[in-house]
Amino acid sequence: MPSSAKKLVNWTPTDIKADMLAKYPPKVARKRASQILVNEALGNETPEISANVRTIPGIITMRGCTYAGCKGVILGPTRDIVNITHGPIGCGFYSWLTRRNQTDASAEGAENFMPYCFSTDMQDQDIIFGGEKKLQAAIQEAYDLFHPKAIAIFATCPVGLIGDDIHAVARKMKAKFGDCNVFAFSCEGYKGVSQSAGHHIANNKIFSEVVGENDAEKPGEFKINLLGEYNIGGDGFEIDRILKKCGITNISTFSGNSTYDQFASAHKADLSAVMCHRSINYVADMLETKFGIPWIKVNFIGAKSTAKSLRKIAEYFGDPGLTARVEEVIAEEMPVVEEVIAEIRPRTEGKTAMLFVGGSRAHHYQDLFAEMGMKTLAAGYEFAHRDDYEGRHVIPNLKVDADSRNIEEIEVKADEQRYAPRKTSEEMAKLEAAGLKFKEYDGLIPDMDHQTLVIDDLNQYEAEKLVEIIKPDVFCAGIKEKFSIQKLGIPMKQLHSYDSGGPYAGFQGAVNFYHEIDRLVNSKVWSYMKAPWQENPELSATYVWE
Amino acid sequence: MLLRHTPKEIKERSALAINPAKTCQPIGAMYAALGIHGCLPHSHGSQGCCAYHRSALTRHYKEPVSAATSSFTEGASVFGGGANLVSAIENIFTVYEPDVIAVHTTCLSETIGDDLPQMTDKAKKSGKVPEGKHVIYANTPSYVGSHVTGFSNMVKGMAKGFAVNTGKKNGRVNIIPGWVEPSDMEEVRRMATLMGLDIILFPDTSGVLNGALNGEYKMFPDGGTPVADLVASGDAIGTLALGEWCSADAARWLDTQCKVPCTVLDMPFGLKATDRFIDTLRKVAGVNVPDTIAFERGQLVDLISDMHQYFHGKKVALVGDPDQVIALTEFLASIDMKPVHIVTGTPGNKFEKRIDEITSEAGYKANVKAGGDMFLLHQWIKNEPVDLIIGNTYCKYIARDEDIPFLRFGFPIFDRVGHQYFPTVGYKGGLHMLTRILDLILTRTDRDETEEKFELVY
Ligand code: SF4
Ligand code: SF4
Repeated sequence: MPSSAKKLVNWTPTDIKADMLAKYPPKVARKRASQILVNEALGNETPEISANVRTIPGIITMRGCTYAGCKGVILGPTRDIVNITHGPIGCGFYSWLTRRNQTDASAEGAENFMPYCFSTDMQDQDIIFGGEKKLQAAIQEAYDLFHPKAIAIFATCPVGLIGDDIHAVARKMKAKFGDCNVFAFSCEGYKGVSQSAGHHIANNKIFSEVVGENDAEKPGEFKINLLGEYNIGGDGFEIDRILKKCGITNISTFSGNSTYDQFASAHKADLSAVMCHRSINYVADMLETKFGIPWIKVNFIGAKSTAKSLRKIAEYFGDPGLTARVEEVIAEEMPVVEEVIAEIRPRTEGKTAMLFVGGSRAHHYQDLFAEMGMKTLAAGYEFAHRDDYEGRHVIPNLKVDADSRNIEEIEVKADEQRYAPRKTSEEMAKLEAAGLKFKEYDGLIPDMDHQTLVIDDLNQYEAEKLVEIIKPDVFCAGIKEKFSIQKLGIPMKQLHSYDSGGPYAGFQGAVNFYHEIDRLVNSKVWSYMKAPWQENPELSATYVWE
Repeated sequence: MLLRHTPKEIKERSALAINPAKTCQPIGAMYAALGIHGCLPHSHGSQGCCAYHRSALTRHYKEPVSAATSSFTEGASVFGGGANLVSAIENIFTVYEPDVIAVHTTCLSETIGDDLPQMTDKAKKSGKVPEGKHVIYANTPSYVGSHVTGFSNMVKGMAKGFAVNTGKKNGRVNIIPGWVEPSDMEEVRRMATLMGLDIILFPDTSGVLNGALNGEYKMFPDGGTPVADLVASGDAIGTLALGEWCSADAARWLDTQCKVPCTVLDMPFGLKATDRFIDTLRKVAGVNVPDTIAFERGQLVDLISDMHQYFHGKKVALVGDPDQVIALTEFLASIDMKPVHIVTGTPGNKFEKRIDEITSEAGYKANVKAGGDMFLLHQWIKNEPVDLIIGNTYCKYIARDEDIPFLRFGFPIFDRVGHQYFPTVGYKGGLHMLTRILDLILTRTDRDETEEKFELVY
């Protein structure tokens, strides 16, 4: 179906915003108005958005909870830690193999606990009398059965309410075992306003309990950490392939296809490259403060972004051999990408997209759409903070409210023995003068066109309105949104889990994504929605044989 | 090996559940509530539970699943969620305009002891519930029972919330189908209608969770039990509850509170359970069984006789929800298959007793556990291999590691599409089940047979 035929002409983004708010009770409308922004020029300033604020009761949100961010997102992709959910059975069950984190555990003797779901399955007597005893017994049983390197404990809502001291239990069992690190996360679902709080709790604990535990030298040259990459659908595999080809050694991914030892060795890297800014930027900061490892923001979503990120890394190391190798790899990889683009672009050019997902993906994927000649008309995050929209310069001005105060901040100082600046301040200054930006992220808003819509914590009602009014050619969000959007005849691509597809990162991933979007926006299925008698209901003609 | 750490040796565990064969109450309540026409399920707790339950149901049914949440943060968790619930109710009726909000609790609101009757009452008194609209509720603490318990609690919540005994019988029959697929609910209705009964089926998710794609999105599709039917259930001449775990509570409540006599039957999976279902319908309605139904039954018997040679003596491992597993065990035993390892995650001693009865009648003793998990099931399989595994999606890891054919059955099925369109209950459902089982067994034979033994004709 030619998409231009159904495009709206008479709506301005301001109208659309007003229409989305019209039905809300006044209090709700006021709050949502501050989270919906029409991207417009304001001199040199980025417009301000309200983000990381509470979800409104009764309004059907896309968000999940703190536990999901902690256990599901951050710890989920690490294969050799036994993750025990302390709580009733549900939370553990729902976070069991549902994020499509892939892992390569094919090495001889490699441990892989990811296909397992461990829970204390609390019963009412545990809620009444306390669950510490059961937790302790569960840890013991896990240790006896599997002898893992590490056991992690995750608190669910009722655990916080009844006051189980999960950290004391963890300390006790760690001391008892001696050869198994045991640590716990106070990631009760109600702790924050979204998953983001859980990322924070997870990262802090990994940083304080695991990072730096292994001081052995790691082999390889140009060692980096890749932060905020979760290997959904094999993204991490593709990025690793490219890095390896360039001669860059990725010693730890947080936390796609990761192992305990990768976390324990992260302080041995010379650079941290941050993918998902939201879920992990503070870890990059802490690695710098404690060990002297600088960080840069990268993006491996989109072929051009991948090339740019590789060049950034090479620039940092400043090694002519590496720089040459990176250019060779880009030159080798790009022709295939360009060939596919040339084939697909005539079918995708001028089409439109909307993205509402995660805390960086709604930004990164716009690059891929741009490569196909597709325009993003509206985007926003499920659980981002203002800095993810407006850039890191707003961080000092962020309000600390009751909800953010809940999340423990850890104090990090330079490590007395191990702090070692990777570059002298002169070298850093020189790199910066040459245009390499450290610790910087400008956020989503400056990269979006004027008169597009930026919407935080989009809900089902607004999604439906947006789609009805604007009729984009593709909508990207998560599983909960997928089918209501598709009922409206708009293909929906999951960008949390990628449906059954991926990888979409790197060069190969870009090719996969082009094919996937081509398939979606040009699928014949959307033309079957009306039966012939519904399209032309009048009973006028008769057939010749009558 | 994906489950490479599972040892053959079985050790008693007292505290650690591994690979659970159940999940938590609210998801069952949410599924049940979707079977009321014009109903928005509401999860009273933190938004995470609601997100998880919606995601899991969506992945299984491949359909939109809308549900709202009270979105607790720390404050509500300490001071109670009353204010959140009242404003949620106001927002929901204003924005989504459902006829009914079906509230269920989560661990969080249960643990802090939020009083649902009092809170929903307050919402009504303060005018947050528009004229002609309804709020019903169920308590669904996840540290008791399982998702099946939550389903049962919400079904009972429907009866409590709506059923009225006016003292005048309406001649209709309540059928509570239990947690089965939308296609199964449709099939139950079809069979009852063929028998000439005027039934009230609740919940009824057909048309809600197996909908059509036509360019329209309706948050409240045309399917679902109408509120008027739920009200009328109190005047029915009788209730048939299919499944002790899923449906009996609501039926017994109607019996004591509205004087609607009830009969609790097994879920109609397979020949014998369907026979009992049809026979009960016949007696309740005082009708003769029509030839169409007798013919369908005959077709199933015919298929069993044609397939018997392949099924006889084949060992099966079976995991799922108690009502389904009991009926399925009986079905498999009736065609001379041998379910030897049987697990349900939902607790309840009655389960083990019923299974023991069925298998001892078939002349053997099975490994059976209620409140068990799939780790144990896998260990049993390692000790005594089987020819077929029947269970939910998660069994695929066991099936692959042990190289055993696997039939997806029950909840959840994430990795296959289409199950919500084909019934597994009734004689028709039986045909469908047996065909799939035989396909799996013969596909395996075709794969493994030597070339000289490879045959076209059986
Ligand atoms: S907190 Fe309770 S209700 Fe929520 S997902 Fe976990 S077990 Fe289920
Ligand atoms: S972009 Fe996400 S980790 Fe970053 S948050 Fe997303 S789904 Fe995840």
